Amino acid sequence: MKLTLYTFSSPPKYYALTGVLVPVCWVLAIVLSAIGLWMGFFVAPTDATQGEVYRVIFIHVPAAWMGMFLYLVMAFWAAIGWAFHARLASMVARAVAPTGAIFTFIALWTGAFWGKPAWGTWWVWDARLTSFLILLFLYLGYIALVEAIDDPRRADQAGALLAVVGAVNVPIIYFSVKWWNTLHQGATVSITAAPKMATTMLQAMLIMTFAFWAYAFAVIFTRARAIILERERGAGWVNQLALKGSSRSAKP
Amino acid sequence: MNWGSADNFFAMGGYGLYVWGSYVVTALLMVVEPLLAIHRRRRALRDAASDARPEDHES
Repeated sequence: MKLTLYTFSSPPKYYALTGVLVPVCWVLAIVLSAIGLWMGFFVAPTDATQGEVYRVIFIHVPAAWMGMFLYLVMAFWAAIGWAFHARLASMVARAVAPTGAIFTFIALWTGAFWGKPAWGTWWVWDARLTSFLILLFLYLGYIALVEAIDDPRRADQAGALLAVVGAVNVPIIYFSVKWWNTLHQGATVSITAAPKMATTMLQAMLIMTFAFWAYAFAVIFTRARAIILERERGAGWVNQLALKGSSRSAKP
Repeated sequence: MNWGSADNFFAMGGYGLYVWGSYVVTALLMVVEPLLAIHRRRRALRDAASDARPEDHES
C-alpha cells in the first residue's frame, strides 16, 4: 500500500491500514507490559523513603502522561476535522476520548491509592489533583456532547469547540506543581534536568509508558474502525467489506 | 529485587492494599476497554452486512 498524507483522510484507506497496525500494537503492548512489570517488581529496588508503595508509580505516571497527551491528540484531530471539514479526523477524535478518559481515571485512582499511605489522605483539593479531575470531566463532557447531538457533523463541531477550549487545562495541569504550592510532588522526570530517581525505576516507568502508548493505539484504532463503519454505513466500500466478512463466517 | 517468598511479594512491605488496589483496577479497565471496542467493531460490521443484503430485510 502506498502511503501519502491523504491516506489519513480517506476512511477506506485508514480502515485498511489500521487493520494491519492493530495486531502489531497489541503484540507491542503485551511484550512491553511484561518487561515493564517484571522490571518494576523484580529489578527496581525498594524506595528508601516510601518503601514498596512507590511501585504504583509504574502505572500512575504513564497513565497520567497518557491522559494529558491523548487530550491534546483528541483536541488536535477535532480541530482539524472542524477547520478542514475532514470527517475522518473528527471520527478519530471521538475514538480517542474514551481511552483518554480511562487513562485519566486510572491516574486519579492510582493517585488516591498512593496518596493514602504517602500523604494520609485519598484526596485533597490541591491544584494538581483538581486540574486533573477537570481533565476527566472535560473528556466526559466531550463524550456526552458528541453523543447528545443527532447530526454527526454538528456534533463533531460542538465537540471540537469544547475539546479545543478545554486544551488550556493541559498546560495548567503540567505547571500546576510549579505555579501553586501543592501537596503533589514536582516533576520527577523533565527534559531539562537529570531524573531524580534510580535508573532501573526510570527504565521500568518509561517501558510502561511505551506499553500504554501501544495499548492506546491498539484500542483507539479498533474504536476508530468501528466508528468509521457506523458512520460510513451504506457506502459502497463498507457494503463490500461487510458482505465479504459475513460470507466467510456464514453457516451453509 | 529479591522478594524471598510469594507471601512477601503479595504483602508489598505492608502496602499490598494500595499497590494491588491500583494494579488490579488498572488491569481490569485495560481488559474491559479493548473487549468493548472489539465488540463495537464486530457489531458495526454485522449491521453493515445486513444493510448490504436487501433480501435480509424482507424476512
